[in-house]
Amino acid sequence: MPEGSLFLAVSDTTPHLTWNLLADVAEIFRYQFMVNAYMAGTVVAVVAGAIGYFVVLRGSAFGAHALSHIGFAGATGAVVLGLNPIFGLLAFTMGSGAAIGALGTRLRSRDVTIGIVLAWTLGLGVLFISLYTGYAQEAYALLFGEILGISVNEVIVTGIVAGLALVALVVMYRPLLYASVDQDLARAKGVPTLALSVAFMAVLALAVTDAVQVVGVLLIFALIVTPAAIAVRFTSRPPLAIATGVGLALAFTWLGLAIGYYSPHPVSFFITTLAFATYLVVRVAQAAPSWARTAGRP
Amino acid sequence: MTPAGAAVEARNLAARYGSRLVWSGCDFALARGSFTAVLGPNGAGKSTLFKLLLGQLAPAAGSLSVFGAPPRAGDPRIGYIPQTSIFDPDFSIRGRDFVGLGVDGYRWGVPVGGGAGKRRVVEDAVDAVDAGGYVDRPIGLVSGGEQQRLLLAHALVGRPELLLMDEPLSHLDVRNQGSIVNLIARVVRDRRITVLLIAHDVNPLLPHIDNVLYIANGKTAIGPPSEIITSEKLSAIYSAPIDVLTDRMGRIFVTGLEEEAMHPHA
Repeated sequence: MPEGSLFLAVSDTTPHLTWNLLADVAEIFRYQFMVNAYMAGTVVAVVAGAIGYFVVLRGSAFGAHALSHIGFAGATGAVVLGLNPIFGLLAFTMGSGAAIGALGTRLRSRDVTIGIVLAWTLGLGVLFISLYTGYAQEAYALLFGEILGISVNEVIVTGIVAGLALVALVVMYRPLLYASVDQDLARAKGVPTLALSVAFMAVLALAVTDAVQVVGVLLIFALIVTPAAIAVRFTSRPPLAIATGVGLALAFTWLGLAIGYYSPHPVSFFITTLAFATYLVVRVAQAAPSWARTAGRP
Repeated sequence: MTPAGAAVEARNLAARYGSRLVWSGCDFALARGSFTAVLGPNGAGKSTLFKLLLGQLAPAAGSLSVFGAPPRAGDPRIGYIPQTSIFDPDFSIRGRDFVGLGVDGYRWGVPVGGGAGKRRVVEDAVDAVDAGGYVDRPIGLVSGGEQQRLLLAHALVGRPELLLMDEPLSHLDVRNQGSIVNLIARVVRDRRITVLLIAHDVNPLLPHIDNVLYIANGKTAIGPPSEIITSEKLSAIYSAPIDVLTDRMGRIFVTGLEEEAMHPHA
């Protein structure tokens, strides 16, 4: 957050919108920290939107949520050790992701196990925060995201992590889709479903680590689950659903950043609110016709 | 029995699931193109036989061969319809995409080119099961009978020579059971596919099946329905008195078992 907070501290007036859209957009990109934020936000949105489809299809939303919280302990632990939190995040999310994947897809017992581990690692995170004598700013950034403070180096790391996740998704695409649709059918055709489950959670860990940079561990749903959940309400074609999810994640991130730039309030709030509002509108719009039918019945 | 050309052959086969010996001493040979109903109470080990045939479970004893070789996982000659394959209403995948997964879903990567060949194979299978009217709807939103037709189409696109169906009739009403059974019989006769079908009620299958493979009480018995579903044979399998009744329509009812009986209306 160095450049971002510096800027906000020095200029005591927030930028103002004009009626010239081009000028407003150009204004956003005058500052390096906004360029960084847009670059990181873009790669994160692409990865989160794409993997979100499989998260929704497989019913692993809770797993995605848990990964980010478990990652919080890793990130705070890394801060205590004086390391970049992203490495702690990666280590904890990858490790726990592989473990969750190995639990398989028998939903009930899986989610209980995940919840138990999740509670313990959050406890660890609290311990690490108390050990770290610096300010709570670091923890705040991890919990709620601090995309305006992202450095060029962090953008590069984010891009590499995103690239790895996308390549893995492309390689796994068809068997992962098959196993997500029906595990028994896929296994009968020779798809290594357990190995895929582990690999998928590891890739999800990469995506979660990336998304934490933008929205923080508490708000991760907004980028990974919400866009895909909206997309599958519009189309039942997998490639189209993935593209729609990516498009929505991009729209939420870009718009959220732009609004955040012209407002004193946090970017995370705008991204999550855009995602939620869109989801709400879609649910209501799709439910309305059947309500109308029911109401019209004698 | 023609063991030389048998599609599936078991010799003194035994199955173990975990530490439990499920059944043993199983001997049969199924001719190519034959239709066999697999019957027996819940938990008797009917699905376990399928796991053995799919190469997902090794025999505890004896031998099993599929087209002259031991079963192997991912054998493209085997089509499979798992038990309780019912999709949630909000499961958002088109029937067409679901059927297409049977063509290339096991291959790595994203599909590159060659879409026309796949489309034709999918179209043929969809036509074969008369699913054209709803193949473009999300599979979770079509009826149970329509889902079973799509599952059959999904199995057919792999051009199977052996089809394993685990209770494809259990979620259907009587009328739908009849039409699905007729469809299965027609499709497999056309293609000379060998079929093993697990069911609880043999009656809708009676006009079409060659054999009944009865699994119960750790034992198995195979033969034409008229030889297997008899009071003597079933009483011997269960080691308890069993009555088999036939009504004026030719329907078979088995009585004398507890609630897990082969019950026409179960």
